[in-house]
Amino acid sequence: MSLSVPDLNFRVIAPALIVALTALIVLLAELVTPAPRKRWLGVLGLIGLLIAAGATVGLWGAPASAFGGMVVADNFGLFLTLVILLGAALSILLALDFVRAHRVDQGEYYVLVLFAVVGMILMATATDLIVIFLALELLSLPLYILAAFKRADARSLEAGLKYFLLGAFSSAFFLYGIAFIFGGTGTTNLMKIADALAKNPRNDLLLVGAGLLLVGFAFKVALVPFHWWTPDVYDGAPTAVTAFMSVGVKAAAFGAFFRAFLVALPAFAFDWRIVLAALAVLTMTLGNVAALLQSNVKRMLAYSSIAHAGYILIALVAMGASGLSSALFYLLAYTLTNLGAFGAVIALSDGERERLEIRDWGGAARQYPFIAAMFAIFMLSLAGFPPLAGFTGKFLIFSAAVETGWAWLAVIGVLNSLVSAYFYLRPIVQMYMSEPVPGWDRIRVAPLVALALVLALIGVIALGLYPTPAIVMATGGFLR
Amino acid sequence: MESIPFYFLAALAVLAALGVVVMRDPVYSALALAVVLTALAGLYVLLSAPFLAAAQVMIYAGAILILFVFVIMLLSPGREGDAPRGALKWQRPLAVIFGGALVAQLALVLLMTILPTGRGLYTPEYLAQIGSTQAVGAALFTDYLLPFEITSLLLLVAMVGVIVLAKKKS
Repeated sequence: MSLSVPDLNFRVIAPALIVALTALIVLLAELVTPAPRKRWLGVLGLIGLLIAAGATVGLWGAPASAFGGMVVADNFGLFLTLVILLGAALSILLALDFVRAHRVDQGEYYVLVLFAVVGMILMATATDLIVIFLALELLSLPLYILAAFKRADARSLEAGLKYFLLGAFSSAFFLYGIAFIFGGTGTTNLMKIADALAKNPRNDLLLVGAGLLLVGFAFKVALVPFHWWTPDVYDGAPTAVTAFMSVGVKAAAFGAFFRAFLVALPAFAFDWRIVLAALAVLTMTLGNVAALLQSNVKRMLAYSSIAHAGYILIALVAMGASGLSSALFYLLAYTLTNLGAFGAVIALSDGERERLEIRDWGGAARQYPFIAAMFAIFMLSLAGFPPLAGFTGKFLIFSAAVETGWAWLAVIGVLNSLVSAYFYLRPIVQMYMSEPVPGWDRIRVAPLVALALVLALIGVIALGLYPTPAIVMATGGFLR
Repeated sequence: MESIPFYFLAALAVLAALGVVVMRDPVYSALALAVVLTALAGLYVLLSAPFLAAAQVMIYAGAILILFVFVIMLLSPGREGDAPRGALKWQRPLAVIFGGALVAQLALVLLMTILPTGRGLYTPEYLAQIGSTQAVGAALFTDYLLPFEITSLLLLVAMVGVIVLAKKKS
C-alpha cells in the first residue's frame, strides 16, 4: 500500500515546537542543576519563550496551514501566540523568586509552565476539533499539577484536586460534543464542518454537538454558570500559578472558542448568538456582583476575571472583523493588566505570608509607594478608566457591539463596568487612606518581580495612550 | 439480523457503565468497567476493526484495569459511604432535574434525527485488502500525525506531574 504523507510544514508550528523543545531541555537540565541554581532553569525557559516569539513574528503576514489543515499560522492565531508567550514570560519572571519564597524551588515548575504554553499555542492555532481537544488537555494537565504544586499547603492541594475533577468532567462534555459534530457532519475539521453546514443548515446532531462544545469552552474560560471552580482554584493555587492561568488559559480557550464558532458555525440555521449574549449578561453581572462581596484579593481578582470573560464574549456575539480584533486587543490588555495585579500581590508578600485580605493592605502605599502606585494603575485599567489599556479594550468591544446592532448588550456592559469600579477602587482606598496594619512591615521587593511589574505597566500605559499599532496587528483575522 | 449483536453489546456497555457509577464497592465498579471496555471491543469487531478490538482488550481491559485494581487494593478504600447529611442537600434535586433535562434533550434529538448513512473510507472490503493493523498505522502516521505527537507530550506531562506530586520532599 502507498502512504500519502500530509504537508509536514513544521514552520507553521515552529513557535509551539520551540517551546516544547525548551521544555524538554529544561527537563533534562533539571537533573544536573544543583538545588541553589534552579532559577537558571527559569531563565532558560525565558530564553526559549523569547526565541519562540521571534519565530512567531517571522511567520507574521503569510498565513499558511499544515498537517492536512489541522493547524494554521494566521494572524489571529499568531497574535494570540504572542499574547500567550508574553503572559508566560511575565509569569515566569514573577515566579523566579516566588517559588523560592514558598519553598517549591523545583525545575519541574518551569517544565510544566512551558508544556502548558505548548498546549495554549496549539489550541489558539488549531483548526481541527481533535487537535483543539488534545491541546486543551495539554494545557490543562500541567495546570492541575501546578495548582497543587505547593504540596505542604492543603489549600493548594485542594485547588489542584478540584480543578482536576471538574476539568476532567468538562472535558467529557467537550469530547461528547465533538462526537456529535462528527456524527452530524462526518468531519472534525472546522472548515469542512462549515462546508457541510452550508449544504444543510439545519443539522440537529450538530446543534447538540455545538451545545456540548459550548459547555466545555464555557468551563475553561469560566462563564457563569460554569464558573464555580474559579474562585476556589484561583484562591488556593500558588499566586504565581494563578497569575499564569488567569491569562494564558483565557487567551488560548477564547482563541479556539472564537475559531470554532466563527469558522465552523456561521451558516447555522440556529442563531446561537442569542445564547451567547445571555451567557455574557449572566457572566458580567454575576462576576461583578460577586466580586463586590469579596474581602480576599485573590478571590476578588478571580470574580473579576469571570466578569472580563463576559466582556470578551460580547465581542464573539458581535462577530465580524471589528468583534474579532476587539477581542484580540482586549485579551492583550487583560493579560498585561491582570499579570500586573497578581504581580503586585506577590510583591507585597512577606516570604510565604501573603496579604490576601484587603484590610491587610492598609498603609501599603506608605511602605511601598511605587508598587502601590502601579497596583492602583492596574486596578484602574481593569475597571476601564482612560487612558489605560483596559479602557481602550472595553471601548473597542462595546463599539463593535453597537456597530452590529447589539447596543443593549453594550449598555449592560457599561453598567457592569460602573459597578466594577467600586471593588477595584476599594484596595486602592485601603492602601492610601488607612493606617499600616501591625505585623506587616516593609520588606525588600524582589527586583525581578519589580521588573515584571514595570514591564506590564509600560504595556498597560502604552496600549492606552497609543493603541493603533496593536489594533492594526489585531485586525489580521482567520485563514479560512 | 446483523444488528442484534450490536444492540446486545451496546446495551451491555450502557448497563455496565451504569454499574460503574452505581456500585458502592470500588472493586465491583472496576469489574463493571471491565465489562464496558470488553463490550466496546466487541463493537470494534463488528465494525471490522479487529486490531482496535485486540488493542482495546489488551490495553484497557487488561493493563489499565489491572492498574485500577492494584490501586484499589493498595488504598483499600472500602465501601463508599453515604454523602454527609445536611451538606448541600439542595444539590441532589437540582442534579436530577438538570441531568434529566439533558438526557431528555439528547434522547429527543436522537429520536428526531435521521442519522446520516453512507460508507466512509474504511469499508470492510478496503480493510480486508490492506489489513486492519496497517490501516490504523497509516492513519496514525499520516493524517493524524500531529494529534499523535501531541498525545506523546501529554503522556510525558502526566509522568512528570505524577512524580512531582508523589515524590518525597527533599
